[in-house]
Amino acid sequence: MSNQGNRTLTPTANSLADAIGHSEHRGMLARLTNHQTFWVFMAAVLACLALSLLTDTFATERNLFNVSRNFAFVAIIALGMTAVIASGGIDLSVGSAVVLSSMTVAVLMSAGMPFWIGIPAALAVAILLGAVNGVLVAYAGMPPFVVTLGMLSVGRSLAMVLSNNKMIYQFGPDHELLLALGGGSTMGLPNPLLVMVVLAAITGFLFKWTRWGQHLFAMGGNESAAKLTGIPVRQLKVSVYVFSALTAGITGVLEVGWLGGVTTNLGQGMELAVIAAAVIGGANLAGGVGTAFGAVVGALLIEVIRNSLILLGISTFWQGAFVGSFIVIAVAFDRFRSVRQQG
Amino acid sequence: MSALRLEAVSKHFGAIHALSDVSLLIEPGEVIGLMGDNGAGKSTLVKVIAGNFAPSAGEIFISDTKVEFHKPLDAQRAGIEVVYQDLAICDNLSAAANVFLGRELTKQIGPIPILDYARMRIRAGELFARLKSETRPRDLVKRMSGGQRQAVAIARALLSDAKIVLMDEPTAAISVRQVAEVLNLIRNLSDHGIAVVLVSHRMPDVFQVADTIAVLRRGRLVASKRAANSSPEEVTGLITGAIEFA
Repeated sequence: MSNQGNRTLTPTANSLADAIGHSEHRGMLARLTNHQTFWVFMAAVLACLALSLLTDTFATERNLFNVSRNFAFVAIIALGMTAVIASGGIDLSVGSAVVLSSMTVAVLMSAGMPFWIGIPAALAVAILLGAVNGVLVAYAGMPPFVVTLGMLSVGRSLAMVLSNNKMIYQFGPDHELLLALGGGSTMGLPNPLLVMVVLAAITGFLFKWTRWGQHLFAMGGNESAAKLTGIPVRQLKVSVYVFSALTAGITGVLEVGWLGGVTTNLGQGMELAVIAAAVIGGANLAGGVGTAFGAVVGALLIEVIRNSLILLGISTFWQGAFVGSFIVIAVAFDRFRSVRQQG
Repeated sequence: MSALRLEAVSKHFGAIHALSDVSLLIEPGEVIGLMGDNGAGKSTLVKVIAGNFAPSAGEIFISDTKVEFHKPLDAQRAGIEVVYQDLAICDNLSAAANVFLGRELTKQIGPIPILDYARMRIRAGELFARLKSETRPRDLVKRMSGGQRQAVAIARALLSDAKIVLMDEPTAAISVRQVAEVLNLIRNLSDHGIAVVLVSHRMPDVFQVADTIAVLRRGRLVASKRAANSSPEEVTGLITGAIEFA
């Protein structure tokens, strides 16, 4: 059928399009250096090298252990945040999801509940918080910024109500187990780091190899197109906010074990570091772009810089300035690149 | 056998008669240029065919079978694909991903269905080859020309084995050279026996590609004749009302 009666009007002269096309298929190195993730990774490696030479405290086992654990907490939530940002949304409530889930596990276990009830309950609370975010965004059509900003306040307030704003540091019969989960290590590596690696692998798989991931990026790229092709965008949005809250919930449970106690200011301001990690790792705040590996690398760079400020004796008051500037610089970098591509 | 037959289709919104008594017959592989001034009812007619609006009166037949559409999905299942003016395409995905968006091919790894990129690329490549488009399945759509983007949108229609493709102003926002590409794509669809309803304001494009010209004026079909037997002057007259009927 395809060979008969082709009433071609004009020969398709695609030489220009071809030339453009060929220039896109450059060598491996050129493609690698075109990725923001690559440069961020190089920056993190350089920072590590510089710190090892400049200080004699950075490359110690104890410091590296701490850095890797701190970075794992931000990285785990950055995975969820990358999903939200790539879908075209934002989640400001992750810090509150952290404190609410850790407070849930703490309150239940200090009341004598076992480990295997406390943790699922904490994760369920986080999922519920994410579902409320998602339903308000997807079905009520409210802007994610407003919904999750509200949840930021509600979540922390609920944690205060739950604990009566007291610090909890006794976790009942399974006390040791909970502390070992977040604070211990397996094969010399801190547990949170291992959890982060597993979650990053799962997230990367979901993004690249499942219809869920494909639809998520399609929705972030062009939501009306996604709708027209029959993708269930509402359910998808709910699932994205649930995923984000779940990563925060997992972090909350692990942080209890690491700190050995919970106060209601846990995770305060964490959304900023997490968003910075995702954005530095290449997630585009306009939606449609982001990778799991990028989120991890972004979190790594932030933590290394933060650690270096401490080791170099710079006041911790400067940390907010650095993290905040990083977000702005990463977005500016992205703007600059897209302008250059168009021009 | 006709691809699409409308019999006395009317659509009114309250007192406003957007379409009155429109009867139209489209053969398989026929390209019909649907013309008319703004507000003449072109969009309404396209939306009735695409299942966005149910007609107030009249009947629609596809391949001589009477159909009733309650939602766009019904029309899609019956073999009608719409290529939207603002292109229902995601810039951040590859051409192949766009062609298969919402109906991705998967393979099972144990209990988990994973995307079958290889099969989607091959299949998309075949569709582009059928369209004689040089679009490469792996390329990101955001780096493509307007013509290539149209090829992606049209490949979606081919994938679903559409019998009728509705195109709303496909040449409105692209360069002259790309217009030629799109017109070629339309001819290719027609060569595959797919009927094309082309809504356009651009007289030269319509005359270059359409077998039949249909003109709507104030909700009525005032002409439906072979393009070869008509002329741009006549069609202009029909659109404006200078010529009553043809």
